[in-house]
This record gives sequence, structure tokens and C-alpha cells, in this order.
Amino acid sequence: MLEAAGLECVRQQRVLFAGLGFALRNGESLRVAGPNGSGKTSLLRILCGLLLPSAGEVRWKGAPIRSLREDYSRQIVYLGHAPAVKDELTAGENLEIACRLAGLPFTGDSIAEALARFQVPQFSFIKKLSQGQRRRAALARLCLSESAPLWLLDEPFTALDAAGIELLKGLIAGHLGRGAMVVYSTHQDPGLAATQVLELA
Amino acid sequence: MLEAARCIVYRELLLALRRRSDVATALLFFVIVASLFPLGIGAEPNLLRSIAPGVIWVAALLSSMLSLGRLFAADHADGTLEQMLLGATPLGVVALAKTFAHWLVAGLPLVAIAPLIALQYDLPAALYGVLALSLALGTPVLSMIGAIGAALTLGLRGGGVLLALLVLPLYVPVLIVGAGAVEMAAAGLGAGAQLLLLGAALVLACAFAPWAIAAALRISME
Repeated sequence: MLEAAGLECVRQQRVLFAGLGFALRNGESLRVAGPNGSGKTSLLRILCGLLLPSAGEVRWKGAPIRSLREDYSRQIVYLGHAPAVKDELTAGENLEIACRLAGLPFTGDSIAEALARFQVPQFSFIKKLSQGQRRRAALARLCLSESAPLWLLDEPFTALDAAGIELLKGLIAGHLGRGAMVVYSTHQDPGLAATQVLELA
Repeated sequence: MLEAARCIVYRELLLALRRRSDVATALLFFVIVASLFPLGIGAEPNLLRSIAPGVIWVAALLSSMLSLGRLFAADHADGTLEQMLLGATPLGVVALAKTFAHWLVAGLPLVAIAPLIALQYDLPAALYGVLALSLALGTPVLSMIGAIGAALTLGLRGGGVLLALLVLPLYVPVLIVGAGAVEMAAAGLGAGAQLLLLGAALVLACAFAPWAIAAALRISME
């Protein structure tokens, strides 16, 4: 269970949001909506522990995430604004290294399969791929992250084509079906039924 | 944990292999700076011999600083650093592995090529070993101190100059002791004390720098 209580975020002396709270139970999803600059990315960074809120705290199964550190990191998968893939490595190498560092179980076959699902050529360098394909190469990690009980996805639908959006929606629905939690941000409604919607102004 | 550290070192070396020009620039910089002095000063063997340890050490120090900017900046820009912060491995281990890989790419080649540079200064062959050993012990310390600075100045505009201002004063003790080791050996007094001091500095840096780097990264990533 993921809980947030009294979260406040101040960036450049501007209060983005204050007194924000929610509780997410197993199998539930939260959509963070709002216009550009409303603090969606900041909220997701607070939820994964990269950013400290100016007030309030985030709790995972009752314990504040600040005290959990790596134990919490092992439970989550965070895909940020930047795709987090290296230009000089191939899609396959990127995925393998990402899995190793995140401590996710993988095999050579599961990597090939994940990339094939997202139709990313495994052996081509990321710098040769288009923006949408880079996004797909980053999202392929989700296929190998089924064991993580919480996904935090920052604008996962950007740069994706219709088929990519459908694939991602399927992955999210499947993950929720396994009793996991998904928090994602988007400024337009992707047509995915979310348990809770948080509208930032 | 060891597995993750090995993975990071492998990743950094693979990236360095794919961006060979970056590695070559730092090494060429070292060679060129160290070669400018004999050309500028002229053929005065005694003078050259006496300034050799200091000049080679300063050149090594500048060259190792040149490559520091890349240590975290590229990973910061493409988001992979965020993933490392959120990885299953303690950030200190990540920092140590990344810094070690930086030294393998930017420091170790300097150690290997230093005797060749010393040739230009007519340094006695007996001193090559001490010179290389002092650099082998000293350059990892430079990488560690530099990594703290690189982590602190991450994402700042004009970070490169700030990094130099921040890090160069901290390099001074290493420079004094490192160059001193070669000078002592040249004077026939034995470099044992200086080398032991460098070794102690290396042990200290290995113990404390990773946590300082980790803390600096956490601050910079906010």
C-alpha cells in the first residue's frame, strides 16, 4: 500500500501543490493529470524518493520511504521523463544493464522477447532509433518488471504511436490484474480506466 | 552488490570503448602539456631533470580533471543516473564503481605513459618505477576527489570552471606528496614515506569518498 499525506512541493519559490494526499491499495491505479508545469513530474519524483517534499511524507506499507531507501527502490520501477537509455549502447545492452542494476531477474530470451513485443531491434544502437523507438526501448523494461509491486510512469504515452499506446495500456492493465499498483502521469486522457484521478492545477 | 559493481564497471568500459575519442583526448592532452615544457624551456638537462616530477604530476592532474565533467553529466542528461539512484544497489557502491571505471579509463593510461614522458626530461631510468608507482597511487585519489566535485556541480551552468575551482585546491596535497616522492628518490633519500602517505590517502579516499559522492549526487538530483 502506497500512502501520501500532506505533500507539499515548492520549486523556485512557487508552491506547485500543498496538502496533497492519497492512498493506493493493491490492484489500484492512480492517474496524475494536469497542465504543463503543474507539478506532475515533481510528484512522481517525490513518490519514487528522488525528490524530498517540502512537507508531508510518502509511506510504503506504513513505513516512510526515506527510511526504507534501497528496500523501497527494489519494490518500484520508475520510468522518468528522459528515456534512460544510452545512445552508444544497443537496445539489448541497455535493457540488460538496466535489469542488472535494478536487480530484476532476466534471461537472454526474456530480453529478446520484451524488445520484440515493443518491436525494437535488439542489436541496433539507440542513437540510430527514432524518438518513439527510444521510448519503446525504455518501456520494454516493464515486460521484465512484473515482480515489482509498484510502477511509477512519468508521461509514458508521449511519442508513442497508436499501437504502442495499446500495448502499454495492455501492460498496465495486466499489471493491475496481478494485484500491483500503477501511478502514471499524463496531460491527456489515454482512455484507460484509473481507480483514482489526481488533478493538479 | 559485487555483481552490480561489476556491471557498472563493464558498462563504463563499454561506453568508453564506443567513445574512444574522449579517452584519446585526455591522454593526448597529458602528452602535449607535458611535452610543451621541454620545448619552451630549451635543452637544459639539469633544469629539466629537476622540474620533471612536478611538471609531469601537474599535467596528469589537469588531464584527469579534464575528463571529470563526463563522469556524471552524460548519465544525468539521458536519465540513466536517476535509474542508478533508484537501483537495488547502495549509491555509494555505484559511485565507487563509476569512479574506479573513470580511473581505469583516464588515470591508468597516464601511469603507463608517464615513463615515456619522463624520457623527454632526461629523468634517470631508475626513477621511472617510483614515478609510475606514485601516479598509480595518486591518480585514483584524484579521481575520487574529482568525482565529489563533479557530483556537486552536476547540472550547473558553467559547471566546468566551477569544478576546476572546487577541485584543484583539494588536489594540492596529493600533488605535493606525489611529486615529492619522485624528488626524494632522485635525491637518493628513498621515496618510502611519500608512497606510504599516498597509499594512506588512497585508503582514506576509498573509505569516505563514495559516501560523499553519493550524498552530493542526491543533492544535485533534487
